[in-house]
Amino acid sequence: MSGAFQFVVTTLPFLWQGLLVTLWVSLAVVLISLVTGGLAGIGLTYGPWWVRLPLRIFSDILRGTPLLVVIFTIYYLLPFAGLNMQPMPSVILALVAFKTAHVGEITRGAIQSIPPGQTDAGKAIGLTFAQRLRWVILPQAVRRFLPPWVNSVTDTVKGSSLVSLVGIVDLMLASQQVIGRTYEPMPVYLLAAVMYFVINYALSATSRRLETRFAYIRE
Amino acid sequence: MTDPLVRITQVKKSFGSTLVLDGVDLDVPKGEVVVVIGPSGSGKTTLLRCINALETYDDGSIKVDGVEIGFRGEPGGPRKRRSDGELARIRADIGMVFQQFNLFPHLTAVENVMLGLTKVRGMPPAQAREKALHWLDRVGLSQKTANLPSQLSGGQQQRVGIARAVAMDPKVLLLDEITSALDPELVGEVLSVVRGLAAEGMTMVVVTHEMTFARDVGTQLVFMDHGHKIAEGPPNEILRRSDNERLRSFLSRIEFRQDG
Ligand SMILES: Nc1ncnc2c1ncn2[C@@H]1O[C@H](COP(=O)(O)OP(=O)(O)OP(=O)(O)O)[C@@H](O)[C@H]1O
Ligand SMILES: [Mg+2]
Repeated sequence: MSGAFQFVVTTLPFLWQGLLVTLWVSLAVVLISLVTGGLAGIGLTYGPWWVRLPLRIFSDILRGTPLLVVIFTIYYLLPFAGLNMQPMPSVILALVAFKTAHVGEITRGAIQSIPPGQTDAGKAIGLTFAQRLRWVILPQAVRRFLPPWVNSVTDTVKGSSLVSLVGIVDLMLASQQVIGRTYEPMPVYLLAAVMYFVINYALSATSRRLETRFAYIRE
Repeated sequence: MTDPLVRITQVKKSFGSTLVLDGVDLDVPKGEVVVVIGPSGSGKTTLLRCINALETYDDGSIKVDGVEIGFRGEPGGPRKRRSDGELARIRADIGMVFQQFNLFPHLTAVENVMLGLTKVRGMPPAQAREKALHWLDRVGLSQKTANLPSQLSGGQQQRVGIARAVAMDPKVLLLDEITSALDPELVGEVLSVVRGLAAEGMTMVVVTHEMTFARDVGTQLVFMDHGHKIAEGPPNEILRRSDNERLRSFLSRIEFRQDG
């Protein structure tokens, strides 16, 4: 028993460092892609064809490609294009691009679930496009947006483990390094799994709270 | 004689290959109530929606208080689409009440009425609230101001819809079958609000299937069919007229429906 305790105490700092990197990468990607994906979704819904078309192509390609391929493509191919990037910004760029496509579709779906009569009513009282979005459409779309978005956030936390493949020491790679030194895969993976689970459980719990809060009774 | 508040001349509108408005003319003088009747699909809703630019029209002209609604540019010259801001300013002065109410479900009754006052008219919230409460009181909803639309009956929701439109002090009010989605016993409470507005001289264009109501509040009755204005005149005259086959058959169907 004390052996296991000793084990946790010595390996925890390494894992903790990795956990911080995982959280940091996830947070950055989630926040940036919330903005870029939100804008992409608005563009996909309301944009003229020359906005919608490139967004549609971008979105379909990125959603049809495994995240790993997106990461490697940007990490290994950009230098050929004369762009030398550090692993961290490169991998964040890949994750953001991937997430922008997904959040864009979630946003588009949420906006399009609002009946057209709401837009008519907003127009009829003289609201501009931006005002209709801000005061009529988005407050209602939030409710449809949240559940799939929280799913996509947990996906991001899990997907961020792929950054270990380009040598960034996140929770995943930290675990592997600890295993490399201790030859004790089971307890280390168990600890890492608990950490991933705690993050994602906290996220789903928050999401359920938000959903109740935004559940305007309808019909 | 002054120009009519709304002047519609030779308006044409197609959806794809279907011609929905085929050269409609209509004048709505200030303070009058023009009632539009006609069979389903005759273009009544489309005409109303063109008046506040919820639809574009392909040809002809719609002027409200002298301002062309659908486009800017010289008559006869190239038609330019109006910008989002221009359209918003024009629509702010034209009220509309919808068949399906279209209240904002995330806002309470009073907030529904306040939204246009604060965001479009730029009123301070306290003043906007006061005005909204005044109008909700006028439509008989002073007890329901803090309710969400989902907590209101259809008739109550529609009265909020009317309050939301008239609180903006529109030059003209467009009503599109505002009682069609209501249970019969709730129709009266909504129509009596409209009667009150008519009595106070609100200019209105009203699409309805309620013939008694049409006769009572209408200063002018317009019968539409297949995108054409078929007949027009004082309600009593039109409703008693029998020289038009299509009007007669429409009226007999309506009568039948009301009795049946
Ligand atoms: N957005 C649209 N796209 C295509 N066709 C449309 C559209 N809106 C209306 N139409 C068609 O235009 C015609 C006129 O429709 P409109 O709604 O103006 O008729 P209406 O007189 O209001 O009928 P109702 O009494 O059923 O409300 C119909 O044939 C309808 O199918
Ligand atoms: Mg209609």
